[in-house]
Amino acid sequence: MAGPLLQDVPGQDIACGQALLTMEHVTKRFEESLILDDISLTIQKGEVIVLVGSSGCGKSTMLRCINALEPIQGGIIRLGEEQIDPKSRGLTSIRQKIGMVFQSYELFPHMTVLDNILLEPMKVQKRKKADITEEAVILLERVGLKEKAGCFPRQLSGGQKQRVAIVRALCMHPELMLFDEVTAALDPEMVREVLDVILALAAQGRTMLIVTHEMQFARAVADRVLFLDKGKIIENAPPEEFFENPKTERAKQFLNTFSFETVKGKDK
Amino acid sequence: MSLEFITKYLPLYEKAAWLTVRIGFAGVVLSIVIGLLCAAIQYYRIPVLSGLTAVYIELSRNTPLLGTLMTWKNPFIKAVLRVYLEIIRIMPQMVLLFLVFFGTTRAFGWDLSGESASVIVFSLWGTAEMSDLVRGALISIPLHQYESGEALGLSKVQIYRYIVVPQTLRRLIPLSINLITRMIKTTSLVLMIGVVEILKVAQQIIEANRTASPNAAFGIYLVVFLLYFFACWPISVAARYLEKRWR
Repeated sequence: MAGPLLQDVPGQDIACGQALLTMEHVTKRFEESLILDDISLTIQKGEVIVLVGSSGCGKSTMLRCINALEPIQGGIIRLGEEQIDPKSRGLTSIRQKIGMVFQSYELFPHMTVLDNILLEPMKVQKRKKADITEEAVILLERVGLKEKAGCFPRQLSGGQKQRVAIVRALCMHPELMLFDEVTAALDPEMVREVLDVILALAAQGRTMLIVTHEMQFARAVADRVLFLDKGKIIENAPPEEFFENPKTERAKQFLNTFSFETVKGKDK
Repeated sequence: MSLEFITKYLPLYEKAAWLTVRIGFAGVVLSIVIGLLCAAIQYYRIPVLSGLTAVYIELSRNTPLLGTLMTWKNPFIKAVLRVYLEIIRIMPQMVLLFLVFFGTTRAFGWDLSGESASVIVFSLWGTAEMSDLVRGALISIPLHQYESGEALGLSKVQIYRYIVVPQTLRRLIPLSINLITRMIKTTSLVLMIGVVEILKVAQQIIEANRTASPNAAFGIYLVVFLLYFFACWPISVAARYLEKRWR
């Protein structure tokens, strides 16, 4: 592999803000294969990080490890001061500080949109139903789905479901939002409506870690772009730098797959 | 067939109908309860012997669910349940009835009444099929549903209570209604071990009136049909209502 291995060393940018998420030398294996190879990363409060890379490079696994959906084999992941560990007792309370949105929406099909949103705040955080309903309706209105509150997920389009999933995650007041290829299963127009919601969240200063294949969007939303290859972060730069002057050959190659050379009129 | 013909035999019918309902109901209830337990034992890490505290600890400890679903703690019980299911599935219900009614007398010297033997057989049968239905419904719930609940910070118990169990029940309804009505209809077999149920009563009435009114059989079987119909129909109606309500 050409180019320097650029790693986000802990402490490197801790000075300039409050670190919200810290990963130190995180290793993840599925049986023999190494999925995450000594990942170290710090995310500051308010930062929007976009994680790109070819499929199978470990992006989704990284998000899943952060939310303790996967156990890690080495290293430490911390949210603020608390360690995230699938075996720890306080796991559910840490998870409430991390909102996660999946590619396949994963709304609960037997509940209405509103009930989907209310479930966690009511049952886990034990907040008052009236308060959360009010908040949920405001958020639904903001994403243009106020009138769908009483619908069941199957009555919604993919883009609408994904926007509900985002509202559901927001309603638990997370400190960090994780987006795992949330537009990968959507039509172009629906992609737009979902990305607009995420852009609005970025504008509000939310801390987010986004896995996406939408490069234009990555460029618009990211404070930093991380490029993951074979379980290692090999690029870590502001979007302008990453997209204009990628340092590694692998990243150049990857970015080239998003542009097409015209074939029309070539032999004239 | 005249009306007095019906009224004359009504008490007989009534007794037999109640018996059918009793056997069917006991069988169904026991099947559902034990069947659910068997399915739970098969598919969750529930240490059967160490009791409720262990169950509670297992459920409240927050290990990732994938691991829980994949690692089976008690392969022995799982194998036993599997063999049990296969045997029950292969054996005709009538053979089971004979086995339990006559076999236990032979082997252990038990003096089971026909009714208790029937309830035992129907529970054995229903339990096996019910646990398999539950198993099917449980594994049809995508792993993502569990993860989605986990990501929301729900505890394991809450994931089951609010997400998995409601969806499993919805899937279970059409399947179990099928089983329940089948069980009720199959109670007609218990006449083979000398239990006087609806069909037996019908036959007795036909026999008793063979010379007096040789064509009574139609009417008598019509009554049999109606009795079974009114035993099964409310169940179908209730199921349809639930399916509609839960959509």
